[in-house]
Amino acid sequence: MARLIGGLGTSHIPAIGGAIHKGLQQEPYWKPFFDGFPPARRWLDKVKPDVVVIFYNDHGLNFFLDKMPTFAVGAAAEYRNADEGWGIPTLPPFRGDQDLSWHLIESLIDRSFDVTTCQEMMIDHACTLPLKLFWPIGDCPVAIVPVCINTVQFPLPAAARVYALGRAAGEAINSWDSDKRVAVIASGGLSHQLDGERAGFINKEFDTEFLASLVSNPEWATQFSIHELVEKTGTQGIELLMWLAMRASLTAASPTVRMLHSNYYIPISNTATALMVLEAA
Amino acid sequence: MNTSRPKIPGTTPFDGVQARKGYALNKMCYSFNSAENRAAFLEDEEAYMRKFGLNAEQAAAIRARNVLALIAAGGNAYYLAKFAGIFGLDMQDIGAQQTGLTKAEFQAKLRAAANG
Repeated sequence: MARLIGGLGTSHIPAIGGAIHKGLQQEPYWKPFFDGFPPARRWLDKVKPDVVVIFYNDHGLNFFLDKMPTFAVGAAAEYRNADEGWGIPTLPPFRGDQDLSWHLIESLIDRSFDVTTCQEMMIDHACTLPLKLFWPIGDCPVAIVPVCINTVQFPLPAAARVYALGRAAGEAINSWDSDKRVAVIASGGLSHQLDGERAGFINKEFDTEFLASLVSNPEWATQFSIHELVEKTGTQGIELLMWLAMRASLTAASPTVRMLHSNYYIPISNTATALMVLEAA
Repeated sequence: MNTSRPKIPGTTPFDGVQARKGYALNKMCYSFNSAENRAAFLEDEEAYMRKFGLNAEQAAAIRARNVLALIAAGGNAYYLAKFAGIFGLDMQDIGAQQTGLTKAEFQAKLRAAANG
């Protein structure tokens, strides 16, 4: 059977793509963010996953409001990045793992998660930037299975539902008839709000508690409604749902996790950024 | 979102009401993923807005480059960001405009959150 080795969480911000392209990683504005990544890369270099399942939210590249799935699973051989409106250079296509995609789809639907399946799926900065941050040099060495969770149009899936989805995804990975090593990635958050008079809202206290909960009390955030989470973390801070799905996946691999590394920095753009590496114990 | 819940100050959750109201506006902004469409908008803004059927409130908010008015007209942050990108505005520019601060003041507010 496949082996679920651990999970990573990181923020995503379009401007990170611009910073990578222009080589600004050591500029004072960017350094505290990018300097978080070498320990994560060292861990990945040691454990060498073959495939990653990545929980992310599309920002209007692949999905528009004409059709907005709550949960969508990629099932493509290749995923392309494209212009999202800012002319940030696009990254080369990423390789999919269709065997895991279909095993995941079958397992999730069998567990009553009626996901949308996507044999063609453009992936935006939320999916591509974590891959580029974790594997900055050369071609991405892992195949991917993108899982997109709607954070654009309310109603959004409840935190408890997302947690259950993540756990089901972890069980699916564990039951995959393959000798591959699989990691899960969460892309999003933490607290931030782009829109309205409350733009710039950041809640360090909540973020700190949330990050701590991921280590030892992973269901903690499922006590909150979406409305409460938006209030506590901002309209885009709700992307913490991705982290919940990632962490819930790991419960299928082991009862506890080891937190190997974390970083938290305010602000990049309008965002409280976070990075975490969790190894299935 | 259930309207009986207490309103979050300065926040308009993009729910079904907003999604219906803002469809044409958001569809136009979504089209700005394409460089060709961005150029077409800049070439003839009024014609481009007519093509997408923006209502008077939406067209006025676009002309004014006013983000709060765009949100009131049903705009969604993720699509509006593509509109802002045409003018080279980043999220801190947008944040400053919405909060009535200068960009430097808005950045200071963000940095202050690191202490809180």
